[in-house]
Amino acid sequence: MSADKSAIHSKESAPWQGQVRRYDIVKEGVIALLIVSLLTLTLSIFMGSPDEPSLTFKGWAASNSDNFYTTAVQELAGTSESAGYGAPYNDAGVGLNLGPLWLQKWAGIHHPINSANDFVITPLGEQQQPAEVAAALSTWRSAAVVDKQRWAVDYDAALSAVEGKVSAVKSGDYGPVPTLAKGLTAMATSGALDGLLLSQGGFFQTDHTKQILFFGDGAYLDDAGTAANLQGGTWGMMNETGRYPGQAWLWLYSLWYQIPPFNNEESHPIGANADAYILALMGFMTLGLVMIPFIPGVRSLPIRIPLHRAIWRQYYQTEGIGKRKKK
Amino acid sequence: MMSNKIETQKPDMWTARLRQSWQKNLPIEKLLPDTQPAYVASWIYVFGVLTLSALAVIIASGVVLAFEGPSWYHISDAGRFVNSLHFWSVQLFFFFMVVHLWGKFWMAAWRGKRQATWITGSIAFVVSIATAFTGYLTQTNFDSQWIAFEAKDGFNSVGIGAWFTVTNLGQMLLMHVAFLPLVLGLITVIHVLQVRRKGVVPPIDAFDQTLKGVNK
Ligand code: HEM
Repeated sequence: MSADKSAIHSKESAPWQGQVRRYDIVKEGVIALLIVSLLTLTLSIFMGSPDEPSLTFKGWAASNSDNFYTTAVQELAGTSESAGYGAPYNDAGVGLNLGPLWLQKWAGIHHPINSANDFVITPLGEQQQPAEVAAALSTWRSAAVVDKQRWAVDYDAALSAVEGKVSAVKSGDYGPVPTLAKGLTAMATSGALDGLLLSQGGFFQTDHTKQILFFGDGAYLDDAGTAANLQGGTWGMMNETGRYPGQAWLWLYSLWYQIPPFNNEESHPIGANADAYILALMGFMTLGLVMIPFIPGVRSLPIRIPLHRAIWRQYYQTEGIGKRKKK
Repeated sequence: MMSNKIETQKPDMWTARLRQSWQKNLPIEKLLPDTQPAYVASWIYVFGVLTLSALAVIIASGVVLAFEGPSWYHISDAGRFVNSLHFWSVQLFFFFMVVHLWGKFWMAAWRGKRQATWITGSIAFVVSIATAFTGYLTQTNFDSQWIAFEAKDGFNSVGIGAWFTVTNLGQMLLMHVAFLPLVLGLITVIHVLQVRRKGVVPPIDAFDQTLKGVNK
């Protein structure tokens, strides 16, 4: 620091010795509180607030029963997104990485989820089932792993071949899988699955991880998100349902998802691991925000760009402070 | 042997030391001053107080919502109205805070040993974002289903998701109504006390003698 600069610095640090004016901060605070309360009240009266009812498995099965059915088959076959997710739910996938850092995998399995059992078999077993479904259930339970796998995977493939149109699927040896899927679809349609998935045999439950993952495996939630303009690739992170403002303060976070290489899943390593890279980038930038007073260049921007002359216009005028010369 | 007159001003007493440093750094005249430097005359100064006011409205409306439980507002008109108050005060809070942040940036308001004010402020910003985010997750409606589904991938991808579980309503609710507001409240108090302690930062060229009186 030059002598000049350090003299200025110590004056800036010391209590102000110059002119003062009357200033009633308590009154200012009370008036501000009144104004903000009134503004909030006005906005609430005229605009209300968003509240789209939550989606249910019942609604899913009623509106698109084939999609629900197909998703149930994928859970059994292990081909759904959740079944192959990896940490923190299972070890079926390696998860994302940040170069050599496999943080997702290293964090381990904290919320074990077995998509076939948790989403299909256990719920089916917790309710009295029609004879046909009960028989399918016991066949499944006593079958060898290879058989389960073969039935479900073959059936899943047969369903994909006809684009998930259940009535059009080719007949074949799918074991108990079609009956299980039918049984689960019936449970979903009746609304029973909504309660069972949450409780899983218990009474109190405050964790909805299983329902959210199961939902996400199908098209119902995704379609609803698209319809409401909430998809991440189109700034959805900042949006709210209806005509309401969302988390606009996430604009910078959201921005990365719109531009290459982050928005291209095919591009390696960044696009394919976009979630991890973007979170790390934002963590880094947040640290930058906090540390601005210490970052050379950035911290002198507001001194070089004279917006401060507008902010303190009155003071600069009365004191007659001249413009800084370019160095 | 006990003496009648105990030495209370001993600098090696923790209590005495705390009191002395408090009295020195933040006497009541600094905490509640009735004058301000002449340069505190700009609309930008109002935004800190507006942010604080919006936070007060958020907390007040949030307390009412908390007393009735997280799904009250789905089924009650009064609940919906209080929810609207909570929603809009949050929107106003962020608007005021962002203007405040940019204002303080362009004033380089960290000058003169005021870095801690900037740091506590920016941490308040980050904690506010986390608090709002957990609030969106506790709406118990379609929006929170969607946000939980989308956001889990981000947190999982760097391992945080193992502990900070956006799909766990119970955890998010406690974060939103207890832990995060507590942290935000604490940081805000420290932030505002820092401002009072240091006094409002002088204008950028206030002490540059070479520029003084040039225009007069
Ligand atoms: C919870 C959110 C916040 C509240 C309630 C708050 C409140 C306040 C208040 C009441 C003041 C004094 C009045 C004024 O100068 O406007 C102030 C000053 C200040 N704020 Fe904040 N603030 C918040 C967030 C922030 C953020 C996000 C930043 C920047 C990253 C920030 C940086 C500052 C600085 C540097 C000062 C000191 C200015 C000076 O010495 O003149 N604040 N804040």
